[in-house]
Amino acid sequence: MSSDLAAPMPVLRPMLEMRGITKRFPGVVANEDIDFTVLPGRVHTLLGENGAGKSTLVKILYGLHQPDKGEISFDGSPVSIGSPSAAIRTGIGMIHQHFMLVDTLTVAENVALGLGKPLSITNLGPIRRRIREVAEEFGLHVDPDAYIWQMAVGERQRAEIIKALYRNVRLLVLDEPTAVLTPPEVTDLFATLRQLTADGRGLVFISHKLNEVMEISDEITVLRDGKVSGHTTPAESTRESLAMMMVGRPVEFTRTLSEQALGEPKLEVRNLRVRGDRGELALHGVNIDVRAGEIVGIVGVSGNGQRELAEGIVGLREIESGEIALNGKLVRTPTPKQVRSMGLAYVPEERMKYGSIGEFTVAENLVLVDHDRPPIVRSGLLSLSSIDKRSKQLVSDYSIRTPNTSTLTRKLSGGNIQKVVIAREFSGNAEMLLVAQPTRGIDIGAAEYIHEQLLIQRSQGKAILLISEDLDEVMALSDRLVVMYEGSIMGRISREEATIEQVGLLMSGVGEPEGAAAG
Amino acid sequence: MSDLFTVAIITATLASGIRLAVPFLLASLGEAVGQRAGVLNLGVEGVMLIGAYAAYYTSLESGSAAFGLLMGLVVGFAMGLVYAFITVVMHAEQGISGIGIYLFGLGFTDLLFQKQVGTPKKANKLEVKPPDWLVENTGRAGELLFSHTVLIYVAFLLVPIVYWLMTKTTFGLNVRAVGENPQAADTLGVSVNGVRTAAILFGNTMAGLAGAALALEIGFFQQNLTAGRGFIAIALVYFGAWRPVGVMSGALLFGIVSSTVVTLQVHGVISGSVSSIAHMAPAVLTVIVLVVVSRRIGQPAALTKPFTRDG
Repeated sequence: MSSDLAAPMPVLRPMLEMRGITKRFPGVVANEDIDFTVLPGRVHTLLGENGAGKSTLVKILYGLHQPDKGEISFDGSPVSIGSPSAAIRTGIGMIHQHFMLVDTLTVAENVALGLGKPLSITNLGPIRRRIREVAEEFGLHVDPDAYIWQMAVGERQRAEIIKALYRNVRLLVLDEPTAVLTPPEVTDLFATLRQLTADGRGLVFISHKLNEVMEISDEITVLRDGKVSGHTTPAESTRESLAMMMVGRPVEFTRTLSEQALGEPKLEVRNLRVRGDRGELALHGVNIDVRAGEIVGIVGVSGNGQRELAEGIVGLREIESGEIALNGKLVRTPTPKQVRSMGLAYVPEERMKYGSIGEFTVAENLVLVDHDRPPIVRSGLLSLSSIDKRSKQLVSDYSIRTPNTSTLTRKLSGGNIQKVVIAREFSGNAEMLLVAQPTRGIDIGAAEYIHEQLLIQRSQGKAILLISEDLDEVMALSDRLVVMYEGSIMGRISREEATIEQVGLLMSGVGEPEGAAAG
Repeated sequence: MSDLFTVAIITATLASGIRLAVPFLLASLGEAVGQRAGVLNLGVEGVMLIGAYAAYYTSLESGSAAFGLLMGLVVGFAMGLVYAFITVVMHAEQGISGIGIYLFGLGFTDLLFQKQVGTPKKANKLEVKPPDWLVENTGRAGELLFSHTVLIYVAFLLVPIVYWLMTKTTFGLNVRAVGENPQAADTLGVSVNGVRTAAILFGNTMAGLAGAALALEIGFFQQNLTAGRGFIAIALVYFGAWRPVGVMSGALLFGIVSSTVVTLQVHGVISGSVSSIAHMAPAVLTVIVLVVVSRRIGQPAALTKPFTRDG
């Protein structure tokens, strides 16, 4: 297959060859006999679900893990990569999903790290000049003297790429680089990536966004359960065929929403202003209505006020001003307990931190919201038999894969933990659902299941506010889209009118934010 | 009461405040560097005690206060090796390890004092001072600035030196990176363990020096000589927001508050139970400072977090 690709340049010697890589962890084979090759000037995508072995493979490549078996060669000669700094010396750089930047240092200082002798005086002058040159060459605009903490996510990513290029890496691994970017930023990133390949560098691209994979890749290797399940090119594949290789069965991408009449407004938010963690105003007067029988999707890049909105509504964060009405009743100062008793169920964005207690059993987590009332409580004591009955019922209703209901929740996979949270929140009598990032970081199968559950809740006439950074997810499920940027609403679009391009522009702040007075 | 506010008394009080600030300043500067690298050492007090005893005993036995000072530095460095082994090599929990070091220092110095010295004896003080003519020809300002032992000038000179080290050298850059995001520093080939060990050695050596300064100022040692100064020094690191100049301001504030209390007592303004209460002023100030400064702006993000490369 690669010979077709290399048609313009018939003899391309691989830059990187990983052969027969096997890595075992206690109880799992993370990588089994994996072959992976990158040609110079090419983008080779690694595709796979969480836990398929992508990150183990790139961690081996970057010296963070040592393989149990297999060999790696770079530019034709065998190499052993014992640490990240050895990887960089070999010519391999990595852009981590969580950037490896020191927030309290400037871009130039971050680049300078590890370059000087310990007892020398830092001379940033030449480093600044070189950063400007690299930035110029590859269209990576950053100010060398800006502090990382002051920079937006896209800029941080550019700084991270510059840091690698400054060290002359020839193979760059990008771990989910688009997860934190707006669509226009993704376009810019791809332009930079194309310049890098034109320059003869090899790229390893990791993503689960199939559209992007189809757009940027030259070759695609799909991993499933630690093994290579397919090797292909965009020309030979479709989104469906790639998903099939990832999951091992056909996957539904498009959803049709059943026609149904809208009910009363259930969840109303008026001029909500809420402060963020650092005391800054994170929501500048936001208005949202959700009626019975509809899903309203909030989209935006992470950190544009979505978390503050959810936490403000459920009473986890003090509200500065504004009003919240549930079921037509005004809630002055919401508390989680009061909000729940008024009929709002909440799926928080971090299932392990806020959604569940890892050290509790599946059964305990499943009754956490009504562990203080009958039938779970009888004469002041927990009724173990009702807990048992309820949890077994939910485990089977929501097909939660767990050895039994007394398994510790943290031992389940991410998708199953999320199903525990969903089961608990969706099974009550709540008329309103506030669902944040319901499928972040979980496998396609579980995500598909959760999407179905959301649509079932919709058809039952629930009012659903869906907050997600996954644009495809929100666009597939929502009746209406609300785009947030820097704590304000940039636009409201109906399902029929929404296009990726338009939503992308709004997400990146193009346009006029709604004023606090607007309805 | 009004005769308290004479120039002479105020000058003397300030001069004494500057002297009292020195152990705080030395220990806090060292601890600030350690914390910038991400290592909290609650054992500063214990290391100060060990430094103080080593300096006192060496001075007592050899008759040389300078030699005593050197021993203070040496045992501080040695304690640094111990603490680096515990926290950097063994990845032990820093808070608890530091408390262990404190308890060790407290008990061990008392034991040695009982066994080796027994009844309190005077040792030689460190009395190297600027030449007398400097004080005589500069009046009040001279009394304030030039009447101290050499260690005080060393302590204040260390403030710009540490500032320069932290902001202008590769070592300082590494320290700041390692305390903030050790994984990032590691991927760039900075030895996280090496940098942390160096910062710990510096911090403990400074704590040893601070203890020695305390003992050699008075030429004396007793059980728990430091009386909580090491803990206040840690509080001052927070007060000073991990910056040398901030730490110095805090040390001066504490020194001057302490000397003011003594002045008030000596001049009979306060007496009896009031003066006992007044002696709590530095402790009360510590609590107030910690409450007010508890916003922790500028706290190194990786403080107290052991580093492992598990990816």
